Amino acid sequence: MIQQSKIVINNLNFYYQKKQAIRDFSLEIPGNEILAVFGPANSGTTTLLRTLNRLCDLIPGTHMEGEILLDGKNIFAPDISVTELRRKIGMVFDVPTPLPMSIFDNIAYGPRLSGKKTKASLTDDVERALHMAALWDEVKDRLHTPAMRLSGGQQQRLCIARVLALEPEVILLDRPCSALDPVSTAKIEESLKQLKEQFTIIIAPHNVQQAGRIADRVAFMLMGSLIEQGITAEVFENPKDKRTSDYITGRFG
Amino acid sequence: MKINKEKISGIVFLLIALSALSVLALITIFIFIKGVPIITKVGFFNFVFGMVWDPSHGAYGIFPMIIGSVSVTLGAAILGVPVAISCSIFLAEYAPAALSNIVRPAIQLLAAIPSVVYGFWGLLFVVPAIRNYLGGPGLSILAGSIILAIMILPTIISISEVSLLALPRQYKEGAYALGLTQWQTIRSVLLPAAKSGIVAAIILGIGRAIGETMAVIMVLGNAVAIPQSILDPARTLTTNIGIEMGYASGEHQQALFATGIVLLVIVMILNAFAQYVTRRK
Amino acid sequence: MKVSSRTAQKAAKILIWASALLVIVILLAIVIFILIKGVPEISWQFLTEIPRNMGRDGGISSTIVGTLLVTAVAVIIATPFGVGTAFYLTEYTREGKVTRIIRFSAESLSGIPSIVYGLFGFIFFVMYLKLGWSILSGGLTLAVMILPTIIRTSEEAIRTVSYQYREVSFSLGGTKWQTITRAVFPSAIRGIAVGVILGIGRCVAETAAVILTAGSALRMPGSIFSPTRTMAEHFYILAREGISMEKAYGTAALLIILIFIINVVANMLVNRFVAKGR
Repeated sequence: MIQQSKIVINNLNFYYQKKQAIRDFSLEIPGNEILAVFGPANSGTTTLLRTLNRLCDLIPGTHMEGEILLDGKNIFAPDISVTELRRKIGMVFDVPTPLPMSIFDNIAYGPRLSGKKTKASLTDDVERALHMAALWDEVKDRLHTPAMRLSGGQQQRLCIARVLALEPEVILLDRPCSALDPVSTAKIEESLKQLKEQFTIIIAPHNVQQAGRIADRVAFMLMGSLIEQGITAEVFENPKDKRTSDYITGRFG
Repeated sequence: MKINKEKISGIVFLLIALSALSVLALITIFIFIKGVPIITKVGFFNFVFGMVWDPSHGAYGIFPMIIGSVSVTLGAAILGVPVAISCSIFLAEYAPAALSNIVRPAIQLLAAIPSVVYGFWGLLFVVPAIRNYLGGPGLSILAGSIILAIMILPTIISISEVSLLALPRQYKEGAYALGLTQWQTIRSVLLPAAKSGIVAAIILGIGRAIGETMAVIMVLGNAVAIPQSILDPARTLTTNIGIEMGYASGEHQQALFATGIVLLVIVMILNAFAQYVTRRK
Repeated sequence: MKVSSRTAQKAAKILIWASALLVIVILLAIVIFILIKGVPEISWQFLTEIPRNMGRDGGISSTIVGTLLVTAVAVIIATPFGVGTAFYLTEYTREGKVTRIIRFSAESLSGIPSIVYGLFGFIFFVMYLKLGWSILSGGLTLAVMILPTIIRTSEEAIRTVSYQYREVSFSLGGTKWQTITRAVFPSAIRGIAVGVILGIGRCVAETAAVILTAGSALRMPGSIFSPTRTMAEHFYILAREGISMEKAYGTAALLIILIFIINVVANMLVNRFVAKGR
């Protein structure tokens, strides 16, 4: 049985004004896997992630060509609700950004936006999300204290929980551990490995080793183009393109 | 439904912004409508450069008032600017944190005192002092300049201080590394670098001084003749309006509005100049 | 005459410290004088009785009420328009010709002398809109006067709200309206409040614009259509006409105390605003 890929990107070209950031990008992303999209700085990984949840719409002067299909439907179709899309495809940013409110309100922020009001259902969502992000035990007694008081690693797990509270289908992570210490990084990587059973995860790691640790598939980008992609072990051990092997072995960065 | 809410909120904000700003146009329009007829009747040059202001005999020359405004403001600048800039240097460079935490609120408080209180204080202390030690009626341009100088201190100090503090640390460090003393650094490196901000501060201070009414009414003496010295009483554009508006009618009232036009134009020019200076950074 | 750098340095230091001292001395001279002369006047009668005999006897209660009402009208009208304009400038537009014109207008408005606002208020609110000399006319005029300040401080406050908060809100499926009201506004509200409070301070201190628009009636205002006299006005009239120096001092003292409290409140808000690391 051929399983339809969760996300299919067809011939994506993306421009910031005149500057082209993504060239002819095509990729199929299966569901319930961790895909790592990596490459040197300015290779377009951040831009790619932001087209997936259409956060790029917020930046003036950008335009794109091509299509991105989520479960077969083009996310750029005019009848698509962008807010709905962003609930299905959530994003965790490179710097932990708790909103200036309590832990509870941070996580309930998303559900409240979509109209949930009753205390009971919100509390359910918050609890479930915190469990899934492996943060529940550490904060269960102080849900109504300011989120800013958490440590960096905790704040980032809060951001993950915030996304999980909306019960998304895809989770995008843009260098989520770049500001964190190794212990926090390990905790988050552990959570991601468990979360992939329920969600499709696309991560732009801040170094190649992270891709090696947690990704099922990888895609190597260079200057906006897709150079190589495939199962992690295959790409890392037998890269087909010289540029891939050069980058992985650190010959350039 | 949600899309409508978005569009509506966008339109609402736009309307709010437009109405808030059309107010400026409104002010200009109404003042002009009321004031232009008398200017055309009397003639622009006769109005602006006419030496006689005597509404009961149909004479509407505002030149004495222009001289009054200019001299009072100039005096205020001469007295106030050096003190203000010194004080801003004090806050930016010399004051230990504990002291600046006292001085800065003190300056804010100075800014908060109502202008009528300044005028009153001036009437009680500055005017008699001038009368006793320098002669003349005491109610004079000098009194006005002193009071206005005090009133514009906070404006100039705060903006100048901000300009000085905004300079990159490297300027100071580089100067010290070259062996300059603190004062030499301030004089030859920091002040020139902060020049545009300080100039803008001074222009804004002058704008405030020209626009001040209540304090000046109480200490200026309000004689309509052209002043011969700083010990003479005088009238400014603003006090002219303030004093006579209460009982003016007909052409007289129009002439006061025309004075308002002149004020508006002067202040707009000053403002545009200040904005230009700050942009040029 | 060559002055050694050492001497110049010393002289400069003395002069600069002296200037700061001068400013403090002036402030104290004015404030302490008014308070010493005026605070003894402030009694319960002073605060609760209306002026009699043109202000020679009685208290200043009607002027207190007048001040509060005129200020309230000004703030209630100016705040939504000012904050709304600030939001429009930051959230709905891009930097360009339009925003520059708007900002230039706001800056220009803030430089206009208050007497000109008085003229405008008189010709537009009192005469043209036939509101007469009233609290409403005075309040509307003051609203126009404090509008630029509120726009400027609100804009500043909104701008400093981290862009990341907006991004987060959008990425969680928020609309523009939701992002503004739930993420941006709560973060900016303290800075906005500071601007509003400073506007209140300006209204309380204002005389020129009010004299021409709110009238100078001494009786207790019955509605916002009644004429009234504010404390600043009252002080001016008492002092200028020489009606009663004691009452004048009392009014001035009360004014200064009131404005002082307003400033302290604004400062407390600012400090907590800054302390939050924004």
